[in-house]
Amino acid sequence: MEAEVKDQLVSIEKPELIAPPDWEPVIMGILCNWCSYAGSDLTGTSRIQYPPNIRIIRVPCSSRVDPWFLIKSLQTTADGVLVSGCHPGDCHYISGNYYARRRFLVTKKLLNFVGFHENRIQFSWVSAAEGPKFAKVVIKVTDDIKKLGPLHLYKKENFEKK
Amino acid sequence: MARVGVFVCFCGANIAEYLDVPQVVEEVKRIREVKYAVDYKYMCSDPGQGLIRDAIVQHKLTSIVVAACSPRMHEKTFRKALSDAGMNPYLLEVANIREHSSWVHQKNKKAATDKAMDLCRMAVAKSIANEQLHEISVPVTKRALVIGGGIAGIQAALDIADARIPVVLVEKSPSIGGKMAQLDETFPTLDCSQCILTPKMVDVASHPYIELIPYAEVIELQGFVGNYKAKIKKKASYVNFKTCTGCGACWQKCPVKVANEYNLGLDKRKAIYTPFPQAVPNKPVIDAEHCTMLLKGKCGICAKVCQPGAIDYQMQDEVIEREIGAVVVATGYDMWDPTPYEEYGVGRFKDIITSLEFERMVSANGPTNGVPLRPSDGKVPKNVVFIKCIGSRDEAKGIEYCSKICCMYTTKHTILLHHKVHDSHAYVFYMDIRAAGKGYEEFVKKAQTDTAATYLRGRVSKIYKKGDKLMVRGEDAQIGQVVEVEADLVVLATAVSAPKDNPDLARLLGISYDKYGYLSEAHPKLRPVETAKAGIFLAGCTQAPKDIPETVSQASACAAKVCGLFAGDTMKKDPMVSTINIEYCSGCLNCINVCPYTAIVTDEVPIGHGSKELRTVAYINEGVCQGCGSCVAICRSMAINLAGFTDPQIINEIVSI
Ligand SMILES: Cc1cc2nc3c(=O)[nH]c(=O)nc-3n(C[C@H](O)[C@H](O)[C@H](O)COP(=O)(O)OP(=O)(O)OC[C@H]3O[C@@H](n4cnc5c(N)ncnc54)[C@H](O)[C@@H]3O)c2cc1C
Ligand code: SF4
Ligand code: SF4
Repeated sequence: MEAEVKDQLVSIEKPELIAPPDWEPVIMGILCNWCSYAGSDLTGTSRIQYPPNIRIIRVPCSSRVDPWFLIKSLQTTADGVLVSGCHPGDCHYISGNYYARRRFLVTKKLLNFVGFHENRIQFSWVSAAEGPKFAKVVIKVTDDIKKLGPLHLYKKENFEKK
Repeated sequence: MARVGVFVCFCGANIAEYLDVPQVVEEVKRIREVKYAVDYKYMCSDPGQGLIRDAIVQHKLTSIVVAACSPRMHEKTFRKALSDAGMNPYLLEVANIREHSSWVHQKNKKAATDKAMDLCRMAVAKSIANEQLHEISVPVTKRALVIGGGIAGIQAALDIADARIPVVLVEKSPSIGGKMAQLDETFPTLDCSQCILTPKMVDVASHPYIELIPYAEVIELQGFVGNYKAKIKKKASYVNFKTCTGCGACWQKCPVKVANEYNLGLDKRKAIYTPFPQAVPNKPVIDAEHCTMLLKGKCGICAKVCQPGAIDYQMQDEVIEREIGAVVVATGYDMWDPTPYEEYGVGRFKDIITSLEFERMVSANGPTNGVPLRPSDGKVPKNVVFIKCIGSRDEAKGIEYCSKICCMYTTKHTILLHHKVHDSHAYVFYMDIRAAGKGYEEFVKKAQTDTAATYLRGRVSKIYKKGDKLMVRGEDAQIGQVVEVEADLVVLATAVSAPKDNPDLARLLGISYDKYGYLSEAHPKLRPVETAKAGIFLAGCTQAPKDIPETVSQASACAAKVCGLFAGDTMKKDPMVSTINIEYCSGCLNCINVCPYTAIVTDEVPIGHGSKELRTVAYINEGVCQGCGSCVAICRSMAINLAGFTDPQIINEIVSI
């Protein structure tokens, strides 16, 4: 049933449009303070290199991430979003990351339903000790989104720099 | 209009080498709200902070962005710089251009510079939406509640009370003392358990700062750190403790005999009883399940013989309330029931006993006056087989974990056996000997030499009866052979298990427990005595199996935490907590379900201005809220906001690049 629905979905992706040669995607990374943000700091202190496309927003817990943030990101400035939290069972706030995960899955389904490719919205668990893993996640997400090309439809064109 | 100041740090070469700092400064100057931007070698240094302080005053800045290392590193430092210049410290935002840019894009200066600019734009946009925040101060009730009066609860209560902080100690059974009151001598020094414990029990009863409430249980806890209210149910004892002198005439005359819990059913007590001679308080209670007067209205002997007239058959359970600021949970442990070991004949063979039963037998005040006796025929056993890890490290029948104390107490038991029955011989079936602890390995070595006990490494597969002996068949892995030992008595070192009512207690207190039922600490290494709920601490075996020295250390640590909490008249708290705008709250109460700290409660407000009719809304207790933001994201009415991470702040970040 689900597969059937998927096949009938009209995608808003425009793979036929060719991105300018110097195009680089923008990825909004929303990270929880205690695990993933700390992990991304460790990637830095370990000098592990990764693509420069991600822009990181710090939130206390992945459960703070409102679906609205993902929609707004894709609508205005980002070609993809990465939300990252603590590993299951490790949440600084006991159970926040479970709520985050459930909410995230629903949001992803919704965005997929309205036509976004599912790889534009990704979720990961990165702990404060996983500097190398954070780099790997960013490399993968950047790769995935590069393949999808620029997000044309809702992207605020010619965003004016104040 | 906002006036933002941006301060970009070189961090020596750490930032400046991999991205173009002056260019970042030039770029941020183009942002409308940025009224001042500058770079410096080390923003965190004193002159660096001086730049910020001066600029705040000179340029009348309304928020500050420092583009430097991770906020996890120096956010506090820069907040202080703002305070020093008379600005609210929460008007600061940090753009992390070191860990998130210069260090991770070292081969692409242009990209690193562009990214740093974006990170600055985001921080500037966020800072514009920042609000002035103030540390929350919460009043504290300086009284502690200790639940459980084993050695853990006793130690915690005494330490807290010695700091002149009132303590309410609630014990479920008629006396404090816990399992330690049932032990004979204690490893690794073999001092007598009662001799070191009973003075402490007496101290508890006579301490001016301790209110001892025995035969009672906590049934409700409301409020939050510093401001809890506990409901305590005092079970009816049918004896007025105020008039009772503890003479004992009642239990001497009582005709009803009941299995004695203190001696694990190895002998009898009366229906009116004190659990053991050194009990504190030393007042009897009536066991309502067995007293014929209470059951059928027949007897009444105790009332007749009680000189002061302390017996009161009409007594009812009573619920009392205490206001407290902190809780220490010290509910100890249960002994694991070895019934699943069917192949050993547990339950069928009388001469298989548990280690705690053995402990009672060798105790001078025990049911056999300090000599181990076979329960079947009352004879003194010569060959005694001790089997370790019963239930422990046994996923199939028992539990996965190591109970930690059994290796040591079994070693102790071989010594006690040797002392009490000189011509006896001990056999120990074991998997490993785990003797980590000060003086422990030495204790084990010495015991092995002194007692000449036979140690057999391997699991026992079967126990069967041969005449009046028990045949213990097991494997001796060291010689790779099956061995059989003829035993007069078999002692099972049964596992330590979590108290069975811990899950209920945990729910009532709003704390969590693990899959075994042990109460969970906030962090396994760095916060081992705190729970995730502020103001609730854990001591002793209720958190995990441990021996007395460790239990006492943890109890004293709890006391230090409680004293720390009560050090001031108010407690300071981070202002980054959530609040609900009741105008928008629809009363769906979804937020209550997602709050991990039960910080949200319901409230009633008039439906309209001046209206008498009420509607339900949610209310967040800022003293309890830890600021995770779960409720903010779940609220469909967008009624909730989390200070420091408000929707406008985060949306500003998203749209600013
Ligand atoms: C056979 C044996 C031998 C041992 N020998 C030694 C030894 O030689 N040396 C050594 O260091 N350790 C020894 N130990 C370990 C020792 O018993 C424990 O380390 C110690 O008793 C732990 O103390 P506690 O206060 O945490 O728990 P407990 O002694 O179990 O005390 C818990 C108390 O809380 C009360 N309680 C429970 N639930 C509630 C509730 N809901 N409300 C109110 N009160 C409640 C109980 O009634 C009890 O009084 C031995 C253990 C065993 C089984
Ligand atoms: S989720 Fe929002 S609307 Fe529902 S009760 Fe909580 S604050 Fe009120
Ligand atoms: S922010 Fe978290 S801790 Fe605070 S009330 Fe909301 S859900 Fe509870």
